[in-house]
Amino acid sequence: MTMRRALSRMANPQLLALVGVLLINWILFPNFFRITWQDGRLFGSVIDVLNRGAPVAILAIGMVGVIATKGVDLSVGAVMAVAGAVAATLVVAGYPAPVAVVAALLVGLLCGLWNGFLVAVLDIQPIVATLVLMVAGRGIAQLITEGFIVTFNDPLLVFIGTGSLLGLPMATVIAIAMLVLVTLLVRKTAIGLFIEAVGVNRAAATLAGIRSRMLLMLVYGLSGLCAAVAGLIVAGDIRGADANNAGLWLELDAILAVVIGGTSLLGGRFSVPLAVVGALIIQAMNTGILVSGFPPEFNLIVKAALIFLVLIIQSPLATRVVVVKRPVREAGK
Amino acid sequence: MGGTGYALEARGVVKIFGNHVALDAVDFGLRAGEVHALLGENGAGKSTLIKILTGAYQPDGGEVLVDGQPVSLDTPQQAQALGIGTVYQEVNLLPNRSVAENLFLGHQPTWFGLTDRRKMERDSRAILKRYGLDIDPASELGAHSVAVQQIVAIARAVELSGKVLILDEPTASLDRNEVERLFEIIRDLKAHGLAIVFITHFLEQVFAVSDYVTVLRNGRLIDTRKLDDVTRTDVVRLMLGKDIAFSGATGLADARPTGEVLLDFTNFGRKRSVHPFNLTIHKGEVIGVAGLLGSGRTEMARIMFGADAADEGEVKIAGKPTSISRPTDAIAHGFGFCPEDRKAEGIFGDLSVRENIIIALQGKLGWFSALTRDEQMEIAGKFGEAMDIRAASLDMPVKLLSGGNQQKVILSRWLATDPAFLILDEPTRGIDVGAHAEIVRTINRLRDEGLALVVISSEIDEVVAYSSRIVVMRDRELVAELSGENISPGVIVQAIANHREGTPT
Repeated sequence: MTMRRALSRMANPQLLALVGVLLINWILFPNFFRITWQDGRLFGSVIDVLNRGAPVAILAIGMVGVIATKGVDLSVGAVMAVAGAVAATLVVAGYPAPVAVVAALLVGLLCGLWNGFLVAVLDIQPIVATLVLMVAGRGIAQLITEGFIVTFNDPLLVFIGTGSLLGLPMATVIAIAMLVLVTLLVRKTAIGLFIEAVGVNRAAATLAGIRSRMLLMLVYGLSGLCAAVAGLIVAGDIRGADANNAGLWLELDAILAVVIGGTSLLGGRFSVPLAVVGALIIQAMNTGILVSGFPPEFNLIVKAALIFLVLIIQSPLATRVVVVKRPVREAGK
Repeated sequence: MGGTGYALEARGVVKIFGNHVALDAVDFGLRAGEVHALLGENGAGKSTLIKILTGAYQPDGGEVLVDGQPVSLDTPQQAQALGIGTVYQEVNLLPNRSVAENLFLGHQPTWFGLTDRRKMERDSRAILKRYGLDIDPASELGAHSVAVQQIVAIARAVELSGKVLILDEPTASLDRNEVERLFEIIRDLKAHGLAIVFITHFLEQVFAVSDYVTVLRNGRLIDTRKLDDVTRTDVVRLMLGKDIAFSGATGLADARPTGEVLLDFTNFGRKRSVHPFNLTIHKGEVIGVAGLLGSGRTEMARIMFGADAADEGEVKIAGKPTSISRPTDAIAHGFGFCPEDRKAEGIFGDLSVRENIIIALQGKLGWFSALTRDEQMEIAGKFGEAMDIRAASLDMPVKLLSGGNQQKVILSRWLATDPAFLILDEPTRGIDVGAHAEIVRTINRLRDEGLALVVISSEIDEVVAYSSRIVVMRDRELVAELSGENISPGVIVQAIANHREGTPT
């Protein structure tokens, strides 16, 4: 029974799509699944997908809650740059690395709470509210770095970006930890239900006694925090803070990952793990194109094709043509 | 076959959604020059049948015949081409376009490919005249009353189709005079040989204009009868499948044993919303709120619940001064509120029945004391059963339930929080007879259990039947408080009409 339920849960379109993309990669590049052990860590294309996909996966973990409330956070790419700039500037100025990391995370959280304030308290439409920080954030990052790419060699920051733990890349370990933590946070408490309720009908949620403002502050704050974590990883990876390019356009990848993960932009039902699967699908395509020798320009076209496919699958027409049996979460009989 | 004389006929029509049979071999026949009322509780299959007759759904079995010829209606356009026109409860025309454009949208008279506006407006004027409307065809549709828009929608449907007219709850948002006007038009169209299907919740309207009545229940055809041969009680019995006693309009004249004072509102009000009012509410009593639409009834309910914050006056709960500036404050004190607009402010359409029932309790428990799935199932099951919610599963989205069942879900949501005080804004509007009876029964039961209730309703008979006291609202002001023998429709109507003349307080 539980076995069958677990299996039927696995059989959702997102996981099938991931398997499909991986199989195509394998056909184009037969060594795709080869994994080797070297210098105390795993190497291989699949590991590469997990490593390179981590920043977008972490952004998606924060973004999915925002989108479930019928919002969107366009600022996450810029917040990544700000967080990286804060950490890099602080260690270069001689502060201890843990202080720099905590400061970067706090700045990310503050950026998220600012977005939450605009959306929840001032009632500004999320796309406009977060656009403010998307534009301003790059400027702030440039001001912090004074227009230079601030490079560093701090062992802790470099470890966050390029280190490994138990054979897995550090970025992957962090992403897995965040996935587990956030999933527990929303599903073992009532927060997940409240997010869905606010996304489906905010007026009704307020009348039913849900503190929707606080909840919105929480989801935007979490999104900012996730962006800061992703920003630290990207900065550690290149050993420097690049205010112009760190996290550039990644907000769009994160939104795409969430949508591929089956969460509607109209808010409501959401799944954190499936958003991460969405991020992995995107990265598996990127890596696949790279290793199979196609020019990277193909990336954008393939991505566009994927968006198109997802939209078609989610369109009302498709649900009419193909009767998709949705696994109803049933109570044990 | 032919020869049945039916302009439009459904024979043995079956419609299945998933594993739910929405229509089970239903026959329905409509002759030219007759008005045929289609009745049934919400969820009986009326809308499904209408959607099949108008080509919006395709039947899974049986056939649709027009003038005795089997037809396949794949789209609403095909139905229209065969002469079948429909007018829905919510007018679905374009409010920001002119009346003439709305009448002719899609087939405007043209002159070398350009819309011949002058001819269109001339023709419109002639059409509108036939419906007794003397309005400027060039005026914006949205500028007119709902009744006028409804008539324009009927005119459009008749002009486009001209054989069968389906009216789906056309009177839901009209006042008495407007309903009468609509009925004149219906009688006129009938005299001109149109076949008309009329769907409504109001029995007296059925008897006012219809010739035949067909009753559906749970997707089955119960009976088709000539209206001359049946009484109101017969029809209700057909709809419910059981006898229900209609209580007459007698108030609770006896001095009800009133419990201790629960709430005391003094000079409680909000600028531009509702004038300061005084109201004392005891445990175990129902305060009925009467008044016309826009009289401040809903505004009063909203500030009592903290949905809008009061900006003057004070409230005492069990003698203690308290501040209620948000719904969470009110809920913490055991308040509950069923809003007037169920869809916009009450239900979470995409969430399950279970989640809709437990959400307020969970809100009260907070973010970190989540109810487990099993606890949720138990609570939802318990209250769902007590309120007789008809849902195939507690895990189905609540938007798939009928209006009456959705209202029961919202009521269950508050009962699950073990409330001391409930505010119900139009709890019985737009729901079927069975759910209506269930909700009135629940109001009486809760009062007897010692809850305090404020119930807003436009149905004066209904308010009279269950209220211990009645307050009357007029022009955003509480103008009268009635009790004892003053609780009668006559006194209430008088108080609504003119509050300056000797209103007992």
